[in-house]
Amino acid sequence: MLRKILPHPLLTLTLIVVWQMLVNKLTLGNLLLGTILGLIIPVITSPYWPNSPRLTSVPRIIGYVLLVIWDIIVANVQVAYIVLFKANANIKPAWISIPLDLRTPEAITVLAGTITMTPGTVSSDLSADGRSLLVHCLDAPDPDAVRDDIKSRYERRLKEIFE
Amino acid sequence: MIIEILVSVCLVISGIFGLVGSFGLIKLPDPMMRLHAPTKATTLGVGGALVASMLYMHFINGNFSFHELMITLFLFLTAPVTGNFIAKTHLHLNHKASDLPPTGTDRPWATFESDAMREKIEAAEDAKAD
Repeated sequence: MLRKILPHPLLTLTLIVVWQMLVNKLTLGNLLLGTILGLIIPVITSPYWPNSPRLTSVPRIIGYVLLVIWDIIVANVQVAYIVLFKANANIKPAWISIPLDLRTPEAITVLAGTITMTPGTVSSDLSADGRSLLVHCLDAPDPDAVRDDIKSRYERRLKEIFE
Repeated sequence: MIIEILVSVCLVISGIFGLVGSFGLIKLPDPMMRLHAPTKATTLGVGGALVASMLYMHFINGNFSFHELMITLFLFLTAPVTGNFIAKTHLHLNHKASDLPPTGTDRPWATFESDAMREKIEAAEDAKAD
């Protein structure tokens, strides 16, 4: 019964908090409207989220977010360097295929998003069975090293968080 | 004074990265490589402007606003999705399955699996589940 009204309690809480931040003023009316949205949206969208992701450790999630933010800053500088100072002939783009150990769709989505936001890589496609990820590298003289780096740096941490 | 300098530094950084992102669009030779410049360089470009706005609003105007944080959050959610859409469209239009590395699994990349093949595999899986 409770699962029918509240299919995703965490999503409900997130929506209420996000709504307060959007209106930027904490009043009873806003809180009420936020709560109504937080109750309705998860019910309407529940067909798209058949399973709830199990998140195990909050410190690990915060650690992951900080790591990704740091990597994004580094990525910006690296990509800017490649764009400004490398001749097009010296840039070696490559497609790489990353075999996935992650199985939950939420974890794979976060991994794909992280890859797009970080150093010189864009995730482009998933194999039809969801077991490997196609990534395009802007400048990868050694594609195998990029693959191992993504697996050890991001995928291992996401596996600890989601599975 | 210190805050004003910080705000200016953030704005200059943001301007530089925005410019580099746009320059990358012109300079890089093919669509997949062009995709890298705006998905990244621009994140810091927009991020810098948002941090500057937050510092200015908080320390000089004296009212704190969550809106910049929200913009960052929405940007982080939408940038990878748009990047993925553009990449998949590009694969559809300009590439053959043989241009890409093998998936290492039994099935091809999702963009190149035909509907007929997908239906056949899914029907087989449903039969197995029953």
